[in-house]
Amino acid sequence: MMDTPFNAVVPMLCVVFAALAVMMAEAFRGRDEQMALGGLGIVGLVGAAVSSMLLWNRNASSFGVIVADNFGLFVTMTLVIVGVLTIMFSSVVVRRDGLPAGEYYALVLFAVVGMIMMATANDLLVIFIALEILSLAVYVLTGIRRDDPRATEAAFKYFLLGAFSSAFFLYGIAFTYGVSGSTRLDRIGAFLAAQSMSDSPLILVAIGMLLVGFAFKISAVPFHMWTPDAYEGAPAVVTGFMSTGVKAAAFAAFTRVFLSAFEPFSVDWAPMIWILAVATMILGTVVGVAQTNVKRMLAYSSIAHGGYLLVGLIAANDVGKAAILFYLLAYAVTNVAAFGVIALLGTRDAANDELRDFSGLWHGRPALAALMTVCLLSLGGLPPTAGFIGKWYIFSAAVSAGYYGLAIIGVLTSVVSVFFYLRVVVMMYMEERDPGLAAPAHVGGVGMVALVASIVVIFYLGVLPTRVLDLAAESISTIF
Amino acid sequence: MLLTLSWLVPLVGALLLLLVGNADGRRDGMIRWLALGVSLIAFAVTLGVWAAFDPASAEFQFVERHSWIPQFGIDYFVGIDGISLLLVVLTGFLTPIALLSSWGSIERKVKEFSIFILALEAAMVGVFISLDLFLFYVFWDAMLIPMYFLIGIWGYDRRVYAAIKFMLYTMAGSVLMLVAILGMAYLHSAATGSYTFDLLKLYSLDIAPQTQMWFFLAFTLAFAIKVPLFPFHTWLPDAHVQAPTAGSVILAGVLLKMGTYGLLRFSFPLFPEAAAYFAPWLALLAVIGIIYGALVAMVQPDMKKLVAYSSVSHLGFVVLGICAMNTQGMQGAVYQMLAHGVSTGGLFLMVGMLSDRRHTRLIAEFGGLKTVMPQFTAAFLIMTLASIGLPGLNGFVGEFLIMLGAFRWAPAFAVAAGLGVILSAVYMLWMFQRVFYGPVTHEANETLTDLQPREWAGVLPLCAMALVMGVFPTIFLKPMEASVDALVLRMQATQTVQVEIPVDRRPDDERRLTTVTERVARR
Repeated sequence: MMDTPFNAVVPMLCVVFAALAVMMAEAFRGRDEQMALGGLGIVGLVGAAVSSMLLWNRNASSFGVIVADNFGLFVTMTLVIVGVLTIMFSSVVVRRDGLPAGEYYALVLFAVVGMIMMATANDLLVIFIALEILSLAVYVLTGIRRDDPRATEAAFKYFLLGAFSSAFFLYGIAFTYGVSGSTRLDRIGAFLAAQSMSDSPLILVAIGMLLVGFAFKISAVPFHMWTPDAYEGAPAVVTGFMSTGVKAAAFAAFTRVFLSAFEPFSVDWAPMIWILAVATMILGTVVGVAQTNVKRMLAYSSIAHGGYLLVGLIAANDVGKAAILFYLLAYAVTNVAAFGVIALLGTRDAANDELRDFSGLWHGRPALAALMTVCLLSLGGLPPTAGFIGKWYIFSAAVSAGYYGLAIIGVLTSVVSVFFYLRVVVMMYMEERDPGLAAPAHVGGVGMVALVASIVVIFYLGVLPTRVLDLAAESISTIF
Repeated sequence: MLLTLSWLVPLVGALLLLLVGNADGRRDGMIRWLALGVSLIAFAVTLGVWAAFDPASAEFQFVERHSWIPQFGIDYFVGIDGISLLLVVLTGFLTPIALLSSWGSIERKVKEFSIFILALEAAMVGVFISLDLFLFYVFWDAMLIPMYFLIGIWGYDRRVYAAIKFMLYTMAGSVLMLVAILGMAYLHSAATGSYTFDLLKLYSLDIAPQTQMWFFLAFTLAFAIKVPLFPFHTWLPDAHVQAPTAGSVILAGVLLKMGTYGLLRFSFPLFPEAAAYFAPWLALLAVIGIIYGALVAMVQPDMKKLVAYSSVSHLGFVVLGICAMNTQGMQGAVYQMLAHGVSTGGLFLMVGMLSDRRHTRLIAEFGGLKTVMPQFTAAFLIMTLASIGLPGLNGFVGEFLIMLGAFRWAPAFAVAAGLGVILSAVYMLWMFQRVFYGPVTHEANETLTDLQPREWAGVLPLCAMALVMGVFPTIFLKPMEASVDALVLRMQATQTVQVEIPVDRRPDDERRLTTVTERVARR
């Protein structure tokens, strides 16, 4: 590959072109013509994956604000996987629910573009632009079922709180610029390291503002209020997408900003994040126990998973950074698949996402129940699944940094979380099918392929994680 | 390779069964035979391991080591010594019996049932052979999943509650152990520069006494819940009573031993100073468990619950033997683990048979079965006496050695534990009397069928084993001698730092004493 200033943006461009192609195709589509628009998107995503692989270890940089270092590329690969799985699940849902295919796929792809940009951005302003690109797309996706009042409400809530948090974020950027005279992360980091201004209130305000902005996006407690409503109201497949993609992108940027630019101030921000992490883990699991809607339950579970990821951030050592990457991948695959099952079980008129809708699923759809069980066990962190290795990695980071208390809180909350994951398993396996319920939807084709592929990945990461652990370790060696 | 086969065979068998199409239950019969065949092959493999085992060596044998996650020094590292050898064989021995017991009682979802039992066997064997803490933890936690489904799907009416309680209780203990495991790996890396989860390397790690205390507590909590040690036992009666017969047999026969095995293999040798400090307290809990379990067992109206509480009592003996930290105590503990697996496994099996026939397990519902089911009564009597610890049967040897060891360490504990032996005779014989003697009080009992050939196939090996273990204990004591000696030496070597050990407590002399006890036992 030639070295041009555009190298680092190639993965993003692949997805952008795919999104544009989808929009064009939709425009020229005949009224009843069937088009594989999702396939077009997958082609673009695969292009992004291939170009990411080619860029591996090259540390390409475009215009000084987008860097395709291994860290960003690893997250890009995670996002590509999320995107591909989402499109595969969506292909079933879009047809079934009569969603506008062109707009839907284009929005998914643009959201992925924003996510990739966020993961590879090296400038606070570019991170902000990326945040807005992905947020706008996701707001619309949340409310894409316009006839559903719950979805509209969710989209509106999400939009209001998201705009609110963007304001915080922007303020943080402004303050940072005011202190350091730059929005580039490397320059901020160099400036802060050179100056001893640990007691300057201005920089602490800047850090605090940015922290709030990120905390909103990763739905850390107490900035999580929008999450359960947005996740419950959105179509399940979109929820799966945003609970993983948005979180992965936001965490990548969060890690990059706080562990490179603001590293010199870790003494100041680590205790703040410590509190956030503990509150997030505890509230996410404890409130999750009380839920009867599976989507809402998984929303709280994803809040809790954000807490575990924060543990890696606090540990702030090499193990912790690599653990964040691995955990993001493991969590992303598992969560997309879990929401995929919910999406596939729904029908056009009924979401079928209450706990009792899963009763006796084993008898009617044994394969689907088994796949869902694997996802839930992985989310609960039981071996031999990806979730176990992820948790183990995160907590070993905490222990090696001396945060025993954090590790203990983390493992205990994960036991509590197992309780509510098991409730779904109990419903599926140990209850008879509620006679008032319709037979579960038949699942086949692309949706099943995507599910089986996710399960294979979950077991692969759980049993033979060596290769991916290596990649994660390589990813953090180039930066920070 | 042989050792890897011993857990791989059941796992591969389970995966193969997964491929057999059986949506309408037409192939139930074939699946039962297939599962039984797989478990018998696995048993043969474990016997092969025993045959090739060198009893003179205290080293780990059949050691296999492959790099698994090299970044963290995690290996696929397995091996057995005299302590784990017989537990592996016990697992191989009980699984076919458990499968056989399900032939009469499990009618629906036979395929899934067989898969879970085989997966469970794989995980249990894995726990006993792992020499890498990470690998151990993986098996330890993975084992929960099949057991959870076995209780939750095929159990009795309160099965869901029992299954979740079992899972959460065990996990709550084991996750703290995970933190301690990570802490040890970190300490090793701080001391030597590299992570490792290798048990043998961690044995030689020097840990500060204060840290030892915390790590010891984290490990021991996990094991104490599994054993279960008073006051962590409340999951056990629920899980046992609600589990299907096959589940109870494996739960009592093997699963509980994972806790005491963990104490022997991990808690005590990894943190010897902390162990010496906490041993009296653990022993106190064990003795409370012995007496409490026996007293509660006495008043149970439900036979299965009675046997479950008797397990609390019997496992208390094992922990007491371990805490004594001398050769007799430790040997007795391992022996009692095996003996309890056979006799309590047998009791659960036969209570399950009664329950299949009458769909009740209440003692009051029975009476006078001796005239109706003479063969069954005879077999049940053997198991009852074995459980009480009658000389000549398996329970005696272990309890005797444990009491001897405990007496030499702290006579007060031995005296209190002796009370437990008497109480066990009370509750077991009283139950036996009410169920089998007297007139037949319920009409439904008059037509009960005696043991069928298929049921004999499960009961007979257990009765034979109870007798063999009672009469020829040397067969089973011999392989563990060297390993137990090494363990005791290791424990006492660290203790000499604190207290001077009298000359007569050296293992060499204890060896002679054990021979005496064997002679007593043989009589």
